[in-house]
Amino acid sequence: MPSPRQQKIRNFCIIAHIDHGKSTLADRLMEYTGSVTEREMEDQILDMMDIERERGITIKATAVRLVYKDDDGEEYIFNLIDTPGHVDFTYEVSRSLAACEGALLVVDASQGIEAQTLANVYLAMDHNLELIPVINKIDLPSAQPELVKREIEDVIGIDAESAPLVSAKNGIGIESVLKSIVAHIPPPSGDEDAPLKALIFDSLYDNYRGVITYVRIMEGRVRPGDRIRMMATGKEFEVTDVGIFSPALVPTAELCAGDVGYITASIKNVRDTRVGDTITHADRPTDKPLPGYKKVNPMVYCGIYPADGARYDDLRDALEKLRLNDASLMFEPETSVALGFGFRCGFLGLLHMDIIQERLEREYDLDLVTTAPSVIYKVVKTNGEVIEITNPTNLPPVTEIESMQEPMVKAQIMSPAEYTGSIMELCQERRGVYKTMEYIEGTRVLLTYELPLNEIIYDFFDALKSRTRGYASFDYELIGYSDSNLVKLDILLNGEVVDALSLIVHKDKAYQRGRVIAEKLKELIPRQMFEIPIQAAIGNKIIARETVKALRKDVLAKCYGGDISRKKKLLEKQKEGKKRMRQIGTVEVPQEAFMAVLKLN
Amino acid sequence: MKARGLYLHFPFCARKCSYCDFPSFPGKERYMAPYLGALLKEIGGYNKEKGEKYRISTIFMGGGTPTLFNGDHLAGALDKCRECFNVDEDAEITIESNPGTVDHKKLLVLRKSGFNRLSIGLQAWQDRLLKFLGRIHTAREFEDAVLMAQKAGFENINADVIFGIPGQSLEDWLETLKRTAALNVTHISAYSLIVEEGTPLYKLKQKGLPGEVAEDAEREMYHKGVDLLERLGFYRYEISNFARPGYECRHNLNYWKNGEYIGCGSGAHQYLDGVRSYNTPDLEAYIEMMSKTGNASLGSEKIDRDQEVFETLMLGFRLTEGIGKDDFHKRFGFDLSERYSDRISALKREGLVLEDDTAIRPTARGFDFQNQIALTFLD
Repeated sequence: MPSPRQQKIRNFCIIAHIDHGKSTLADRLMEYTGSVTEREMEDQILDMMDIERERGITIKATAVRLVYKDDDGEEYIFNLIDTPGHVDFTYEVSRSLAACEGALLVVDASQGIEAQTLANVYLAMDHNLELIPVINKIDLPSAQPELVKREIEDVIGIDAESAPLVSAKNGIGIESVLKSIVAHIPPPSGDEDAPLKALIFDSLYDNYRGVITYVRIMEGRVRPGDRIRMMATGKEFEVTDVGIFSPALVPTAELCAGDVGYITASIKNVRDTRVGDTITHADRPTDKPLPGYKKVNPMVYCGIYPADGARYDDLRDALEKLRLNDASLMFEPETSVALGFGFRCGFLGLLHMDIIQERLEREYDLDLVTTAPSVIYKVVKTNGEVIEITNPTNLPPVTEIESMQEPMVKAQIMSPAEYTGSIMELCQERRGVYKTMEYIEGTRVLLTYELPLNEIIYDFFDALKSRTRGYASFDYELIGYSDSNLVKLDILLNGEVVDALSLIVHKDKAYQRGRVIAEKLKELIPRQMFEIPIQAAIGNKIIARETVKALRKDVLAKCYGGDISRKKKLLEKQKEGKKRMRQIGTVEVPQEAFMAVLKLN
Repeated sequence: MKARGLYLHFPFCARKCSYCDFPSFPGKERYMAPYLGALLKEIGGYNKEKGEKYRISTIFMGGGTPTLFNGDHLAGALDKCRECFNVDEDAEITIESNPGTVDHKKLLVLRKSGFNRLSIGLQAWQDRLLKFLGRIHTAREFEDAVLMAQKAGFENINADVIFGIPGQSLEDWLETLKRTAALNVTHISAYSLIVEEGTPLYKLKQKGLPGEVAEDAEREMYHKGVDLLERLGFYRYEISNFARPGYECRHNLNYWKNGEYIGCGSGAHQYLDGVRSYNTPDLEAYIEMMSKTGNASLGSEKIDRDQEVFETLMLGFRLTEGIGKDDFHKRFGFDLSERYSDRISALKREGLVLEDDTAIRPTARGFDFQNQIALTFLD
């Protein structure tokens, strides 16, 4: 039974597809509850990473406490937890959901439900969250709230009749959302005097305070000075500070069961505060951790190298700093003949990889050369040993390989029905196995396919978007490994294998892939003072060949008094270009070439 | 005292050639008089009442087409130079011209006033190519101009020619060289056509030029041209410059040896007392700035020691004589082959330079890849 204090708390999150208005609704809720002034909103709420703002996605979970006074003057504390909204961060999402009792399901009144939304709805249902459908953007001329309500009822199977109709942009219907939260989302419960059980749903590294751990207290209470233990890692710390998100960090005397807040304890490393772990007291521990903790493992790997070899240490420092805030980022030193010293980095998915690369370049001003992403292949060797391959270069010789396996995903694609044909064609091309097709409201379909992960890590989403004019949405989950006929495709420049360009492909696709890569490299590699043969090979067998013809001249015909400064600038520019090249044997290769294997169409 | 070059710019022409990106403009004749006034004012700025005047060993009046001005005005400009600078007795004094802008009388005036080198724009011997390039003259008119100049007492004559013109065959090119050499000129500047952005030719090229000369054919023209000129008594002393022995252009050699020079006129660059600077290329702005402030400079850059070393190498490797080891050591106080031994070895391996006791010079292949040589020395 919730205590009287808990009766006045509501913990919830917002589930929405990108662009369906999650942030705008969150902003409105804050504004209506007077949590922040408009100016503060600019300064604080939206003051997240540039990348998040630009891409309209949430990478880190954030939380905010709102105080809502209902018509009778009763005050309620709302803890809104903003969750990452991308398939790469499914586990983080699940932990954020576990910290809540309910969720607002925001659906665009003109677009309806999308695959990503659906995936998170199922996740929320798994956690027994109370779902409140909210129909947003009702001000749009193309809004069809009744249709969307029916869709929610049909597809998700929850009552949408009394769903608030809102326009977060124009501030319509916000009051009804606040009322629904009080009325429908259950208050938290949990014994305030039991041994401490706090769920970590995110953490953030701060230069001054160390790790700030975002927690939901499930049982017990925690105060500054308490000695706490992380149950998964076994690490112990002394609490320096506890508090709430207002949204700025505001210290409080304690956090009690039902509360959402933060704990700081001079923790140096986010890996000591893993998302999903349970915090308890060292001297009065709880007997069992909260369910659902798992160590998340990277799904996608790629090599990251500094464009300028001299900046290897800078790259390492930058990766270490990013890892302070991102326990799922993995990296270890790697050496490539072509690229020199760098790191093999593991990511939760492609978006995660993109974000890390972008942050390295932007926030740490690094110029990077990245290799094509690879999934983790399993190789059964003839001696019975099973090894995992994250870098194609490390594939053992063919004679030592008994069989190979590749990771498979279950993919769900939601799209207007008219694009069914082209989507099926695309999945077919990507070695997909058709599973099911469901019609939603007669005009949309939900297609389920099993696809090899390595077929979707390149450009699947782009291809899907372009073939459905951007209407399709897509979600996937890993379902395991299956046997596959895979080969290593090598690329040779001037007769030498370029290790950083090797990749593992399905045998049926090797020829085509080899040809396209050779053609693409021919476009990308500038002519040099000698001819450069480009070859694609499987083992010793050459399957494609292109040639970059030799440059015949590199000279400025005229250089008089007025041309000297200009000529010097031209040469400096040429030198800059050269610096951005990688020297492989005698061949200079532009950095984009290492990603060429990605752009196949 | 250090000898310097002096360049005067004349930004007027009868017609803009299709390949030209120089700051020169047709249809601005009304500005000729005020421009000359501004130019003389800029030269006058160097007239020191006290202290030593700059010593000048070469003067080059270029453009545009300086000979659009009448002979007296040009002679007047030269007199002004002599008044404001300490011009050597035996100074090389060049003026650029185009056929159709000079007659016997004008040439006589120029020669008499002290000009001793005449540069004439020919470009090609084939009238269809001249038309394509937007030239105002025929090959015949060029021939007439050379003969008139020689009659007026010009012994030292340069002809500018171009290869790689769309529609030009190897035969056309070799004919141009043969005919030009046969006129007893002393110097030939042979340029590979550069299609610069912003020129009419550039716009044409965007649309696709018929008869465009492919890179292989363009190099063949260059290499065969070098051989032919050699047989005709002209040796290549710089990438694009050929002279009968003793007739190398001293004014331009000064640029390639990274010497200092003073530039006057719109768009003129100079390198004086360790500073590179340039005037506004805008004709009207130049006139206005000169009249208001007596200064038309748009920007300047102090050249430090490292830059000077690089520029010396960048320019010096354009020359057949390359970089003289003693000269280099005298100028910078260190040994070129020692300081850059790795880089020079690499260049030798690639067949781009040769080294002997006295100098490091480009090979025949080095002339085709001069940028690569220069880049080697850029840090």
